Amino acid sequence: MIRITRKVEFSASHFYHNPNFSAEENRRVFGKCNNPHGHGHNYTLEVTIAGEPDPATGMVLDLKELKDILQREVMDRMDHRHLNYEVRELAGKIPTCENIATVIWEILEPKITRGKLDRVRLYESPNLFADCTAASSNGAGKRA
Amino acid sequence: MNLSLTRRYDFAASHRLHAPNLSAEANQRIYGKCNNPYGHGHNYALEVTVTGPVDPATGMIANLCDLDPFVEREVLAAFDQKNLNEEVAEFRTVVPTTENVCREIFRRLQSFPAARLERVRIEETSKNSFEIGAEDFV
Repeated sequence: MIRITRKVEFSASHFYHNPNFSAEENRRVFGKCNNPHGHGHNYTLEVTIAGEPDPATGMVLDLKELKDILQREVMDRMDHRHLNYEVRELAGKIPTCENIATVIWEILEPKITRGKLDRVRLYESPNLFADCTAASSNGAGKRA
Repeated sequence: MNLSLTRRYDFAASHRLHAPNLSAEANQRIYGKCNNPYGHGHNYALEVTVTGPVDPATGMIANLCDLDPFVEREVLAAFDQKNLNEEVAEFRTVVPTTENVCREIFRRLQSFPAARLERVRIEETSKNSFEIGAEDFV
């Protein structure tokens, strides 16, 4: 089993607000992230695919193909977008690192036709990231 | 699919690697430069990984408004800008190698009430790192 990882970066804005909370509760739970004008991040996304290299090509999945998938499925959807308003899959969800990573996993998983999606790591900043890992992963893909 | 959240913190501290039950010669041989009696320091990077269900009301495994002050109180206040041998009680008897620092930080953080502590990872320098998972902690 080999793991290959491709990295992309996108910039997007968001804010945290739960319409079922009072204004005071929103401020208490979400702090600065509750600013209704929103704020932004440079997100870094690492996508790891696990599989056996095809003997004919030596590749688990052609990185060019993965690059195109990430452009179409993630960059076109999220880059320079407002995550609260412009990403259908996040509608009704608070666009936290956990929820964005999960949505990206759910979007990508059926698109990976060679190898298997093993890990989605989404950095909101260098000091905060969420990992989605395949239930079958042996854990190596979890590690930094 | 499993989901986890990792937060990264920094602290700077000094230490000396010295096992009191070994001879001076053995300490020098085992720990080399790290046995210097005056100690030396590092900028440590600490990664704390938690898992658990995402609360639909907040979209979060753990709120950083809870995790950050917890890590500050339990670890950073005690470790940052300190001499680990002299100022952290646990290292009066345990050599503060980064393996042992990992274990001690895991012990201090495992009572975090809002999510399950999955892993503690420390970069002692940009060239070496140490980690302990919940499955490794006894």
